[in-house]
Amino acid sequence: MQPDRVDLYRRMLRSRLVEQAIAVLWHQGRISGEMHLGIGEEGICAGVIDQLGDGDALALDHRGTAPLVMRGVDPAAVIAECLGLPAGLCGGMGGHMHLMSRDHLAAASGIVGAAGPMACGFALAHQHLRPGRVAVAFFGEGATNQGMLLEAFNLAVCWTLPVVFVCKDNGMAITTPSTKVTGGDLLERLRGFGMPAVPVDGSDVEAVWRASREAVDRARHGGGPSFLLARCVRPDGHFLGDALVEIARHPMRELGARAGPLARAAVGESGGSLFERAASLVSLTASIGRSAASQVVWRRDPVRKLRGRLDLGTAALEELEAGIEGEVQQAVRRAVAEGDAA
Amino acid sequence: MRTLTYAEAIEDALAQAMAADERVVTFGEDVHGLRMNLYTRFGEARVRPAPISEAAFVGAAVGAAMAGLRPVVEVMMVDFLAVAADAVFNHAAKVEGFSGGRWTAPMVIRCGCGGGYGDGGQHQQALWAWLAHVPGLKVVVPSTPADAGGLLTAAIADDGPVVFMEHKLLADDWRGYLGSGGRDTVAYDVPTAGREGEVPERWEATPLGEAVIRRAGDDLVIVGVGVGIHRGAEAAAVLAEGGCEATVLDLRGVRPLDREAIVEHARRTGRVLVVDEDYRDFGLSGEIAALLLEAGIGPAYARVCVDDTLPFAHDAERRALPNVERIVAAVQPWLAAT
Repeated sequence: MQPDRVDLYRRMLRSRLVEQAIAVLWHQGRISGEMHLGIGEEGICAGVIDQLGDGDALALDHRGTAPLVMRGVDPAAVIAECLGLPAGLCGGMGGHMHLMSRDHLAAASGIVGAAGPMACGFALAHQHLRPGRVAVAFFGEGATNQGMLLEAFNLAVCWTLPVVFVCKDNGMAITTPSTKVTGGDLLERLRGFGMPAVPVDGSDVEAVWRASREAVDRARHGGGPSFLLARCVRPDGHFLGDALVEIARHPMRELGARAGPLARAAVGESGGSLFERAASLVSLTASIGRSAASQVVWRRDPVRKLRGRLDLGTAALEELEAGIEGEVQQAVRRAVAEGDAA
Repeated sequence: MRTLTYAEAIEDALAQAMAADERVVTFGEDVHGLRMNLYTRFGEARVRPAPISEAAFVGAAVGAAMAGLRPVVEVMMVDFLAVAADAVFNHAAKVEGFSGGRWTAPMVIRCGCGGGYGDGGQHQQALWAWLAHVPGLKVVVPSTPADAGGLLTAAIADDGPVVFMEHKLLADDWRGYLGSGGRDTVAYDVPTAGREGEVPERWEATPLGEAVIRRAGDDLVIVGVGVGIHRGAEAAAVLAEGGCEATVLDLRGVRPLDREAIVEHARRTGRVLVVDEDYRDFGLSGEIAALLLEAGIGPAYARVCVDDTLPFAHDAERRALPNVERIVAAVQPWLAAT
């Protein structure tokens, strides 16, 4: 079986445009609080979600907008939820971090790692009530150091739960480089739990599609859990306004206010040795450099990558894109109109 | 004297404590970036970024404290302390009791708390009563820069575990990090008196568990902590226009609780209004009612608290949090009766 590229592209582009619209609304101040988007993760989400059917469950992290839109939730309801409107997916009660759709058996959480136990629970219910259905957990590589997620890996193996654990690895645990706070090799770690652990290029939706097809099939047929480690780049960093990204994008503006206190700290009395202080500055600079690198050339944009592989012909492709753009614009207009009316 | 923001006061007091005592170390998620100046000055050995493993690093703080360090461990928000609840409730809180007073865990848990910037019901809880419920813990909730620095100094010097709760509306580092994200298109109702203020050059410990009067009046006493006390003070100014003079009593923490001060002002004014951003049921407001009954006095009593899960929607969130209108409305029946 081969993936339907056009259908995947449609899902990914729709999700990208919805999230870009949410970013605009956030920058306009129409959305309060934090905003964690999945821009850059579309290849992972689409490749996995394409395997799911009725009754399958999704346990999401704080980046739930893209997976839900791809799973078929009305984009207008997602946008309205981000705006905190009664017409929102959760009546404006949850916001973007706590999106839930009972109809889709999909629930997000803002607690890092919480998707693991949640997916195990969904899968346990499947064993009793919906044999043959699976649960997918989405989380970042930062979450793989969270106790509850590690416990969930073991639980899923012991109970042969139909779970697919999908790790979206952007290399940053919030704003700390993951290598700094993660011991060993993640794939080896997961294999140590007794489940298959497969690396995949998250920017290549077709590769994700193939890897997740195998994992989902395995879970569906009683083979228990597996783990996908899908690498990706998120140009917006952890959340909109991510300080490292802002410094990388506007070094003069962002560093100006920080420079004075930082310079004083570098020479302040009764601190660490010169060597320790220099090491700290080098480490901070490296973090900023990392964010800068994700800005310069975004070669691994999963949406653009798949677009290059479509053999639709320019006219048909443009028509497809115009159609999705129109659909998303209409969803945004509907949601914003609700807000203006309220 | 100099003027610092709430967040600067905390960082400054921590820097002074770290400079004075090499046993003071700090760790938590992203601290190298969030506490960039401390990280640069004191180096990574004393300012350590931690993995997203609250159960492990808060638990490690307990062990480190028992073995001679004075850790100031940071979890971004008190909501995340639920992930490390075992370390807090079953370990940090128990060391002194279990050892018959022979061993202690001198540690501080810093956490952001409170709402009003649109982060929803899983990231904006107050939860101080949940923590204060457990013997062996101290819980501090400063409402001004001077108190933040003074109470942190006391917390670090304390021989037991202290939870130090930084309201995210008052702390502009948290507000910028989590709320505005660098935008100038959003505005929050930040109490100016708590955001910035005069602080001493050298920090001295502000005793834990001592309430302070923010405003004096004879008609009622408004009791609370954190942003609640600023809302109470704003409401008191409104009430004063109608001739009702309120005392505003800032408890500055929840455990130890300044029971004497509460009883004294309840007795003097005959009316107690608790303003509490934490949940209404089984919390600080109920504890205050109980201690008044135990003291044998029965003042008029009312409370303005958070009654349910905090909504994300902006207007609903504003209505759910204690605000000036709710506080003034709670006092109205008393005014009507006089």
